[in-house]
Amino acid sequence: MIKDIFSLICTPAFLASVIRVTAPILFAALGGIFASRSGIFNMALESMLLWAALVGVIVSAAVKKMVLGGLTMGQAGYEAALSKANLFGCIAGFVCGVGVSVFVGLFLAYMGIKLRANLYLTGLAINTISTGGTVFVLYLAAGEKGISTSLSSCTMPVINIPIIKDIPIIGEIISGQNLMVYIAFICIPIVHIIINKTTLGLRIRAVGENANAAESVGVDVQNIQFKALALSGLFAGMGGITLSMAAVSFFSRGMSAGKGFMAMSAMNVGKATPLGTAAAALIFGVFDAASNALKTLSIPTQFIAALPYAATLVALVVFAIQSEKKARKIRALQDK
Amino acid sequence: MPEEILLMDKITKVYPNGFVANKDVTFSINKGEIHALVGENGAGKTTLMKILFGIETPEEGRIVVKGKEVKIHNPLEAIEYGIGMVHQHFMLVPSLSVAENIYLGMEPKKNGLFDFEEACRLTEEACKKYNLIVNPRAAVQDLPVGQKQKVEILKALVRGADILVLDEPTAVLTPQETAELFVQLKALRDRGHTIVFISHKLNEIKELCDRLTVLRLGKSVGKAIVADVTEQDISRMMVGRDVVLKVDKPKAKPENAVLKVKNLVIVSESGKRIVDDVSFSVRKGEILGMAGVEGNGQSQISEAITGLLPYQSGTISINDVDVKGKSIRQIREMGVSHVSEDRMTYGISATSGVKDNVISDRYYKPEFNKGLFLDFKKIDELSDQLIKDFLIKCNDRDEAVRMLSGGNMQKVVVAREFSNNPHVIVCNQPTRGVDVGATEFIRKRIVELRDEGTAVLLISADLNEVLELSDSLIVMHNGKIAAYFEDASIIDDMTLGEYMLGVKTQTPEEIARVAYDK
Repeated sequence: MIKDIFSLICTPAFLASVIRVTAPILFAALGGIFASRSGIFNMALESMLLWAALVGVIVSAAVKKMVLGGLTMGQAGYEAALSKANLFGCIAGFVCGVGVSVFVGLFLAYMGIKLRANLYLTGLAINTISTGGTVFVLYLAAGEKGISTSLSSCTMPVINIPIIKDIPIIGEIISGQNLMVYIAFICIPIVHIIINKTTLGLRIRAVGENANAAESVGVDVQNIQFKALALSGLFAGMGGITLSMAAVSFFSRGMSAGKGFMAMSAMNVGKATPLGTAAAALIFGVFDAASNALKTLSIPTQFIAALPYAATLVALVVFAIQSEKKARKIRALQDK
Repeated sequence: MPEEILLMDKITKVYPNGFVANKDVTFSINKGEIHALVGENGAGKTTLMKILFGIETPEEGRIVVKGKEVKIHNPLEAIEYGIGMVHQHFMLVPSLSVAENIYLGMEPKKNGLFDFEEACRLTEEACKKYNLIVNPRAAVQDLPVGQKQKVEILKALVRGADILVLDEPTAVLTPQETAELFVQLKALRDRGHTIVFISHKLNEIKELCDRLTVLRLGKSVGKAIVADVTEQDISRMMVGRDVVLKVDKPKAKPENAVLKVKNLVIVSESGKRIVDDVSFSVRKGEILGMAGVEGNGQSQISEAITGLLPYQSGTISINDVDVKGKSIRQIREMGVSHVSEDRMTYGISATSGVKDNVISDRYYKPEFNKGLFLDFKKIDELSDQLIKDFLIKCNDRDEAVRMLSGGNMQKVVVAREFSNNPHVIVCNQPTRGVDVGATEFIRKRIVELRDEGTAVLLISADLNEVLELSDSLIVMHNGKIAAYFEDASIIDDMTLGEYMLGVKTQTPEEIARVAYDK
């Protein structure tokens, strides 16, 4: 049994799948950083993933159909037209999917910041609407309620990295991933720079820590929070695209499967720093990949399916205990 | 002829609830002076400054800055007119560096990114220019309070403020920091800056300011050149009469010990003995003062007596009944009242009305209930009575307590705690942050309570208060009792200081006298 587990996990294929399944969590978690740093807890990451995934599929399929026009298989120029259609479909799907996710962020900002509705309840409401709403829109677009396979949507290209792809094992793990996976990891330093090196980042941090202080020197707090939630939507939206337009080429109902919440915990465990958050997201990715890999074993599937979520819970508890310990140490130092 | 740099002319501000915060206030300052704005809490100083910064809009009146009539709609516009504010509660982002805090909102850039090095350089320049030295790279959270204040002042100065408003700047400073601040403020004045100094510490005004304006009950009641008036004059202008700082009190007639604390030990989370084997008792009809530098165990003792804090060993008894294991309500029902030093946490519920606050310790009792429901007729009667008896200034009994001034909030606490016929009352900093009028009132009430036969434990960092009110006195140092004086009236503050700082300690036999057995 243990041997079986090891033989499944200690393979390049497994490690490659860890990187793959981490990508959407990582995107959403990076998105969560902006909201959290600006003092807002973005509960709607899950919705952002879902809507971006759905809209990406629908728009890419529509654009692909439009570009292909009346051409059918076998006609002259079909191959050329198909690759062109795929390219346009991908771009349009990406832009619209991410756009919708940004819109979700702005909607949350409008409700919670402009109209001062409770942010948690608004986020919760958005998530509830999205669960049903995406199925409804899927039905309108594809005539199905479960999966979008009737739509011929596009997938982002797979990239083989020269040189690295020829290195044994490492090449197998790192090379040959989808473009979105690489973008996800490139986004770690990008987010780091935005948060720590730009004036927007400085203002986001200031607003999140002491909004009064920021306001007193003329920083428009609402404006900054709107921008932060839009950025949140931007990154989480790319996570959604990764779900439906990378490893698979369809949208299925509830396909975000709690990844937005895992991202929220990853962001918390990583204390909203890009590097810490990425590390935490990777740990969740390991469990997510493991739950996929171990499905072939004779362990009850429900148990395995629960693994990533159990890991999330454990991580949060351990994190809470750690920070309590640290706080106690600081208090002890202060007493002295 | 000095040049008038700012004039607030006939300002009237009425809040939506009808409270007239400013009535025909005229406030005029000259270029290059330090001008004190004085008044009790609730006199309208804060409102006047909020109007100056555009946070509140006045109903009447005009503001003239440097000879031009202006309308100010928000703090940013105020800065454009060269008016900068140093808030009492600092407007700083703790985790950011000094330079980042100062240049937030007007960040220098290089290649589209925030240029931290340039911000540091500019900060250093400003530090030198104004002789306010802080390390631009240090995180604000690591700085002592005095340094944080410098950052606040720099923030205003680099934004071009030539009129600086400081709201009770010395409230948070040590004496040394205060002295340093005064030197710096005077230097700023000599460079041509104008400073408005809001305070009610008369000695500081005497030391620092050139002229002063006094507000009372929302009106400007006096203007003077500081050198021409005495502290007594200023205080008379503030309260409208001579303040009796001496409390008239007949000699105490202590009877049996009501509150007995024996060998009390309280250990902190980090294992330190914050209260280390302390024994004392408070007798019926006496005020036992507990003096000491803050943080020497006084607060923990008061919280242990009232059931808020668990203790490790020793006994606390009220009328010879041990309080160990009793709930806070049970302890209160044994006749213990508590005026906490932390008014906002343990004293009041800020968003609830005056009425709800004064009945919060007794709403469950049969006399305030009718079957399943509260008896609001009786509750209203009681509330109105207490508002009358304790001179609480509020619009009605349902007004949220947070709308009241600090002094009136404390009166709400005092009204509740003093009116439930306590056997023992623990008063921890009962007049902190309270204006002169309310302070006098509360002190009188404490003496009255004593004369009615209550045992009073008075904890205060205000030496005048402990010396003035106490019948007998203990001094705390490092979690232990350092001294006991049976007659508090014979000690002077010098001697008291020596015991407070641990220079002197009485013998255990002398200290043991405070533990009365009956």
